[in-house]
Amino acid sequence: MSSGDEASQTLSKKSKKPQYSRFTQQELPACKPILTPGLVITTLISIGIIFVPIGLGSLSASEHVVEIVDRYDDACVPSKGDDEAAKRERLSFIQNAKTNKTCIRNLVVPKKMKHPIYVYYQLDNFYQNHRRYVKSRSDRQYRSPGSEGETKTCDPESEVDDHRPIVPCGLIAWSLFNDTYGISTKDNPIPINKKDIAWQSDKNSKFGSNVYPKNFQKQDPVGGGKLNESVPLSEQEDLLVWMRTAALPNFRKLYGRIETDLEANEKITVVIQNNYNTYSFDSKKQLVLSTTTWIGGKNDFLGKAYISVGGICLFLAIAFILTYVIKPRPLGDPAYLSWNQNSAAR
Amino acid sequence: MPGRSSRRIRFSRLYSFSCFRSPFNDEHNQIGQKSFSRIVYCNELDNPEQLQLRYRSNYVSTTKYNAFNFIPKSLFEQFRRVANLYFLLVACVSFSPLAPYTATSILAPLLVVIGATMAKEAIEDWRRRKQDIEANNRKVEVYDGDHNFQETRWKKLQVGDLVKVYKNEYFPADLLLLSSSYGDGICYVETTNLDGETNLKVKHALEVTASLHADDSFQQFKAVVKCEDPNEDLYAFVGTLIHDGQQHPLSVQQILLRDSKLRNVDYVCGVVVFTGHDTKGMQNATDPPSKRNKTTVFYDRKRESLAAFFHFLTGLMLYGYLIPISLYVSIEIVKVLQSIFINQDQDMYYEDTDKPARARTSNLNEELGQVHTILSDKTGTLTCNSMEFVKCTIAGIAYGRGMTEVERALAKRKGKAVPDSGNSSSNVQESSDGHTDLGKSIRGFNFKDERIMNGHWVNEPHANVIQKFFRALALCHTAIPDANQESGEISYEAESPDEASFVIAAKELGFEFVKRTQTDISLHEFDHQSGRKIDRSYKLLYVLEFSSARKRMSVMVKNAENQLLLLCKGADSVMFERLSRNGRDFEATTRDHIKQYAEAGLRTLVISYRELNEEEFRSWEEEFLKAQTSLNADRDAMVDAVADKIERNLILLGATAVEDKLQKGVPECIDKLANAGIKIWVVTGDKMETAINIGYACSLLRDDMKQIVVTLDSPEINDLEKQGDKEAIAKASSASISKQIIEGNSQLCLSRGSSTSFGLIIDGKSLSFAFNKNLKDSFLGLAINCSSVICCRSTPKQKALVTRLVKKGTGKTTLAIGDGANDVGMLQEADIGVGISGVEGMQAVMSSDFSISRFRFLERLLLVHGHWCYRRISMTICYFFYKNIAFGFTLYWFEARASFSGQPAYNDWYMSFYNVLFTSLPAIALGVFDQDVSAQLCLKYPVLYNEGVQNILFSWPRILGWMLNGVISSVIIFFFTTNAVVNQAFRRDGHVVDYEVLGVMMYTCVVWTVNCQMAISINYFTWIQHFFIWGSIAFWYAFLVVYGAVSPIISTTAYQVLVEACALSPFYLLVTLLVVVSSLLPYLSYRIFQIQF
Repeated sequence: MSSGDEASQTLSKKSKKPQYSRFTQQELPACKPILTPGLVITTLISIGIIFVPIGLGSLSASEHVVEIVDRYDDACVPSKGDDEAAKRERLSFIQNAKTNKTCIRNLVVPKKMKHPIYVYYQLDNFYQNHRRYVKSRSDRQYRSPGSEGETKTCDPESEVDDHRPIVPCGLIAWSLFNDTYGISTKDNPIPINKKDIAWQSDKNSKFGSNVYPKNFQKQDPVGGGKLNESVPLSEQEDLLVWMRTAALPNFRKLYGRIETDLEANEKITVVIQNNYNTYSFDSKKQLVLSTTTWIGGKNDFLGKAYISVGGICLFLAIAFILTYVIKPRPLGDPAYLSWNQNSAAR
Repeated sequence: MPGRSSRRIRFSRLYSFSCFRSPFNDEHNQIGQKSFSRIVYCNELDNPEQLQLRYRSNYVSTTKYNAFNFIPKSLFEQFRRVANLYFLLVACVSFSPLAPYTATSILAPLLVVIGATMAKEAIEDWRRRKQDIEANNRKVEVYDGDHNFQETRWKKLQVGDLVKVYKNEYFPADLLLLSSSYGDGICYVETTNLDGETNLKVKHALEVTASLHADDSFQQFKAVVKCEDPNEDLYAFVGTLIHDGQQHPLSVQQILLRDSKLRNVDYVCGVVVFTGHDTKGMQNATDPPSKRNKTTVFYDRKRESLAAFFHFLTGLMLYGYLIPISLYVSIEIVKVLQSIFINQDQDMYYEDTDKPARARTSNLNEELGQVHTILSDKTGTLTCNSMEFVKCTIAGIAYGRGMTEVERALAKRKGKAVPDSGNSSSNVQESSDGHTDLGKSIRGFNFKDERIMNGHWVNEPHANVIQKFFRALALCHTAIPDANQESGEISYEAESPDEASFVIAAKELGFEFVKRTQTDISLHEFDHQSGRKIDRSYKLLYVLEFSSARKRMSVMVKNAENQLLLLCKGADSVMFERLSRNGRDFEATTRDHIKQYAEAGLRTLVISYRELNEEEFRSWEEEFLKAQTSLNADRDAMVDAVADKIERNLILLGATAVEDKLQKGVPECIDKLANAGIKIWVVTGDKMETAINIGYACSLLRDDMKQIVVTLDSPEINDLEKQGDKEAIAKASSASISKQIIEGNSQLCLSRGSSTSFGLIIDGKSLSFAFNKNLKDSFLGLAINCSSVICCRSTPKQKALVTRLVKKGTGKTTLAIGDGANDVGMLQEADIGVGISGVEGMQAVMSSDFSISRFRFLERLLLVHGHWCYRRISMTICYFFYKNIAFGFTLYWFEARASFSGQPAYNDWYMSFYNVLFTSLPAIALGVFDQDVSAQLCLKYPVLYNEGVQNILFSWPRILGWMLNGVISSVIIFFFTTNAVVNQAFRRDGHVVDYEVLGVMMYTCVVWTVNCQMAISINYFTWIQHFFIWGSIAFWYAFLVVYGAVSPIISTTAYQVLVEACALSPFYLLVTLLVVVSSLLPYLSYRIFQIQF
């Protein structure tokens, strides 16, 4: 017997017989999910049960956010018409450095706003995601003074006429937003904290603490805001916020924080320096004061979407249960297989 | 010998009359003219004329490339694929400033793909090269012109060299046989490497050279060979040997081909005629036609139209992501892995030959699941091709108790209660018991009858007839005994399995054939007087060989008592008329038995003998030699006529019945395949009766089927044939066939609606008329509506033509299965060629796409692997479309919001890795592992196979459905994310969503969605799927962390984005959850809807 075993062993060593394993024979233990009515109903109902509360929670969080939005671009220019002449007048007003662009807006706080209250500016129809705009920057230059000359990617704002590089170069920096807001209640000015409005990673890594602006906005055409040449890029938080380009043409960017509460029905005055030219392309400027909660700013969509999706699931589940009760279909009935249907149709 | 293929006969001429000398024929006149211009100076090493001719050296290179042309040539091969060219174009464009993302992210995958394919080519080529080196450096003995043979390497051989090859060595080049260790210059060669035939072939030297033996004698030997130019015909050779001023014709009988092997002879000497690439074997080497699968064609075509469409939409932007290069790569990977599973399947491993199934090409896997028609060879495919001696009738008494498969089927068909299943199983039991008695079963012998076995035949009434019968079996053949050195057991090398079975039967019954020399045959015989075994030697006088025209063979021997005997075996149709008046004693009963045997699917041969008196023999011999040496063109006819004279007045001994055994499991397998909706055609060279019987035996034909027989075997046609007017025959035949086809069609029409099924049987002659243009369509229509079709008496070419007709006519996938060299055409013509790696050698396997060792494995190959592969591939492709559309369209929607400037929503590297790291592996896992149902269920419900035949899973509605699903997903992903973020802060600390965060958010949703989509659409969840699906998602986060941690110069917009911005935002998580669930909801509700209704 044993010799026979040995013989068979030596045989199997030489033989080309495939080795047995559950893997090679495709017999691995597996679960085979089948969409049984029970599974379907359970899934749908549990989605509904989870989603509806989340939706309600988000909605209530969104309700708690107090937001003041004030569009000022049209109010802060002298001419308001839609005709060509008015447009030209607006443009010459905004492009003239001599005109007084101070504009005062009075706002009422609708509900009590707890600090921190975030101050945003919102631009509409401003394509910060246009490819040529997005590409026009030089991360290397912003990062270290040694790479000052790396401005190839920055066209058309790479260097001044005598070939000295612009720091920071590129269209994005050139178009820096430069309206300013001063807020006060009655007569007490409310300070706007402009520290820590940029991402920490931008300050620490993307922009160098020893890179100083040079030749910036020194030459026509002058775009947006100017920079203090004695402050390194990493401290220019307005620039850093601006340089994080927005994904969509309507966007908000952080301007600063108010660290005091604002009471309901309190009247506040905003003194706006309306410098930024959005008039040459039909754009809107808005000032936004907003509190935040755990989901961020005011955002009804998320809550509503959750509730609707949850609702749809519950509805489907109920519809499914009803049809199942009214007209049950046995699982695995071969008559429903497509080829059987085909042959029946023939 | 019925059923023996003509192919085998053609090149296995034996040492009989036709071989001693080949006649000059027409072709010899052409020597010296165009394409017959080769001149070889034998044994003249320094002959200036020889050197002038500059024939190629014997160095052989089968490689496709060399070191210099590898790069350009393989690159050219690569870019012949439209897909690669297209990707190259995209890569080129991506270098221009127009490109939305970096060129490397497109170029890198292309380089990987092309690099990998080239590496594969290089490795394969290297293997070929190693084989070449091995072959080129083999040693052979060459005559050095100075009394000695010296060893040289093969590659140094030159045309005209004299070489000596020893037993079991390969011939180094095409040689002209001069002499062998046998005095008369005979040798045996095995040509398995060339044509797959396992039986030995005999070669003869010319008489003038056969005497060259001693090394010295070569010193004087000088000759010139004039012959044909190199060509690929293995079975023909035209040449002249000029020796001593005399011309001797040369034929293929004197040619030893490179790569065949010397057997049974100690050594041979020969002259090198063709070297290296001029040899017939190398001339035959061609690349097999490459087959393209339907799905590749599909996505080739598809890509072009889609590309044009999207060019209009977004230009270059979306190209790469809709039809990515990764689809090609993944499908390739999937197919290779699938083939590994096919190769590894234990259930397709055949113990006896130690051969597992082999997928020789991997790009046809999914076609296995769509086979509409199977065209099968019979011998060796449905049957074992091992003939078993099962029955015989001697002196009018039938012996042999076994029951054949066919008989069982026949009995069942006739409703006889003869042996039911229980009975037959006990039969099997018995037979296995019988075998254990004998120690082991004997191949080729399945005969049981206690009346004549173990020497009991001496007590039978016609003992002397029985003795003569078996002696005739032991003598009348051309087999060669091959004694095993260790065990002393004798096995036989025979021309055909039939013949081997006779010799084995004779041996088992006490007439053991032990030795053959050129002049003698020795038997180890049971002597019923002494009761012992004694050696008897018979002097072999002549062998009158078998030919398809003669349908018989005879040997003339002289026994120890100086009796002259002519032993003859042949087909009943020619044998009965040759019996002498007093030799017809048992004719009637023998005829009856033969009829029964034929009905039982057995091949029969009639055995007879006659005694010759000395005088008669002398006069005949004289006449015969005269005929043989005549130089007339009709020499063969003369020889035949002389042979015919002596093969008369025979005395009937009996008849043999040999079973061409059905392979195990064939009927069941065919049943299953038929249930799966696959049409099965048997295309065979056999006679109609045999084919029909086999058809019944393997349940291809059933009793409740109506048979439509299309044949030309009608009296009118036969009459015409006798008159010999070819035109009239053709006209009448054509008319008759068309009439029969129309009749068949009308029969079909009549029965439409009823459940009668039809079987069509057509013979080769009719087939050739049915292929006519005007009949083709109606014939095809008839054939397609029959549930089974049997084409009998068909030639290899007809096999291929039938295959083409079916393939072109139906436009569906055809599968051809066969085992012999005669099936090669069919295998290559069909969409899928399956070779049976069985007895008949490797030729069929070499030209096949899949090889299995038994027909019954086809069931598993098609129903299980085919079904799975088809499902897997089509699902993988659909899923690929889905996931790339879901991804690509988010880019497109984003474009719409970025004034179509070409700004992608995501970081370059997110996009580059989308198809590589985050979504491909689950798709590959789907393509390799998914199973809708287990193998057992696939086999149990063959009707599942229908979805492949009807191509349900890869139809336009389904593909468009998946694409639509992709579009819906992308819409939900994009609009839900953008609407959710609006322009609000997404964190408590007031930060708003910018370009970077939105990109990560959308991308996260895409990765989750496509992977979860995979999770809910696959049917088979093993740890592998879990690992890949959840692993891919996890990998995305890991990637973000790692990529976000490297310097912002490299990571640009991804710098710290997950760690700093997203991870701590509940908003991010909520958006992910919302988007993923809602983008899966449409698919889920569709499925629910489907289940419900």
